[in-house]
Amino acid sequence: MHEMSLCEGMRQVIEDQARAHSVTKVTRVRVEIGRFAGVEADALQFAWDVVMRGSCAEGAELVALNLPGRALCYDCMKEVEINARLDPCPACGSGKLMPQGGDEMRIKDLEVA
Amino acid sequence: MCTVCGCAEGEVKIHGHSHDHDHHHHHDHHHYGEGPAGTEVLGMSQERLIEIETDILSKNDRYAQANRAALAQKGVLALNLVSSPGSGKTTLLCKTIEALGDQPLAVIEGDQQTQNDADRIRATGARAVQVNTGKGCHLDGHMVGHAMNHLKLEQGTMLFIENVGNLVCPAAFDLGEDCKVAILSVTEGEDKPLKYPDMFTASRLAILNKIDLAPHCDVDLDLYETNLRRVNPEIEILRVSARTGENMAAWIAWLRDRLADKAATQDTSFAAQ
Repeated sequence: MHEMSLCEGMRQVIEDQARAHSVTKVTRVRVEIGRFAGVEADALQFAWDVVMRGSCAEGAELVALNLPGRALCYDCMKEVEINARLDPCPACGSGKLMPQGGDEMRIKDLEVA
Repeated sequence: MCTVCGCAEGEVKIHGHSHDHDHHHHHDHHHYGEGPAGTEVLGMSQERLIEIETDILSKNDRYAQANRAALAQKGVLALNLVSSPGSGKTTLLCKTIEALGDQPLAVIEGDQQTQNDADRIRATGARAVQVNTGKGCHLDGHMVGHAMNHLKLEQGTMLFIENVGNLVCPAAFDLGEDCKVAILSVTEGEDKPLKYPDMFTASRLAILNKIDLAPHCDVDLDLYETNLRRVNPEIEILRVSARTGENMAAWIAWLRDRLADKAATQDTSFAAQ
C-alpha cells in the first residue's frame, strides 16, 4: 500500500502517547501487520526512518510482527491460513475463501527511555 | 494525511444544501486520545514498555462508531456506494431517487473537487451535501459525521453516501454505514474484482451496471460474477442498467428490504430496553 503515509499515522499516535506518558524518547516500536494489510516491510522500514526524523521516535527501531492471513473456506468449512489473497484453500483446493483476518495494522507497544 | 494512500487532509470542504458557508476542516486539532495504555516497567534498565494496541486507523473508527450510533437511533439506512470513477454511481443514484418516489432520502456526495454531483442529485429534488476531499482519496468518518449534521436526517431515511471513485482506500475507512455497495460497470473488465479484491470483499452487494452496453463490449457477465464470488463468496449481485432501467426494480426492492431490516432491528433494540 502506501507505507510513507502509514508512518505518518504512526507518528501521530506515537507523539500523542509520548505526551500522555511524559516521555521524550522512544527507542523501539512494535507494530502488528497482517499479511493482507498490503504493507511492504522494506518500504515501511525506509519510510519509518524518514518520517520519524525530528520526532521523539527519531532513530527508534521499528519491529514488524507479521500476522498470518486467515480465511474461512466455504467448501470444506475450515479456517485456514493462506499466504496470498487469491490462494486456493490449502485443505481442499477450493477457491471460495472469505478472509477472516490478516488486514491488521496496529501499533502494539513502545519501548521508551 | 491519509494513513492509507498518502493524500493530504486539511483541504476538506463540506457544501451544505442551503448554506453558503463552507467548513474548512483542519484535522490537526483531533487527537487519538489516551487509549488503553497500560505501562509495564522493565526492571533491568531505565527503559519502559508502553502498551498501546492501537489500530493505526483507530481515530477514524471512533468517528464511524459515533455515526453508526446516531443512524441507529433514527432508523436511518446508510449505504456506502463505492466504485471506480466512471462506473455510473451518480446516474444510478439519480434514477434510484426517481424510482423511490416519496421515500425520505438524503445523499452525501464525495469528490475531490466540484459540486457537480450534488447539483445533479438536487436536480431530482433530493437533499444532498457535497463533501470535497481536496487531495483526499476517500471519505472518512469525520467528514461524514459533519455532513450528517447538515442533513438533519429524519426517522426512516435512506442515506446514500457516494464515496470518492476509488477502489482502494475507501475499503479501509468505515463511515458508520450499514453496508457497502460496490458498483462495477461492464466496461471495466471481468478481472476487476481480482485486481482490487478488498473493496469487493468489504461489500455486501455488487451492482453490475451498464449491462445495456454488454453486447457492444465483448464481455462475459457470468465471469464478472464468478470473479466477484471468488473474492467474496457471500456477495449479492444485481445486473442493472441505470440508463435503460433494466432490472432497476430488483435494486429498489433490495433497498426497501434493507430499510425494513433496519426498522426491525430498531424495534428489537427498543423492545430490549
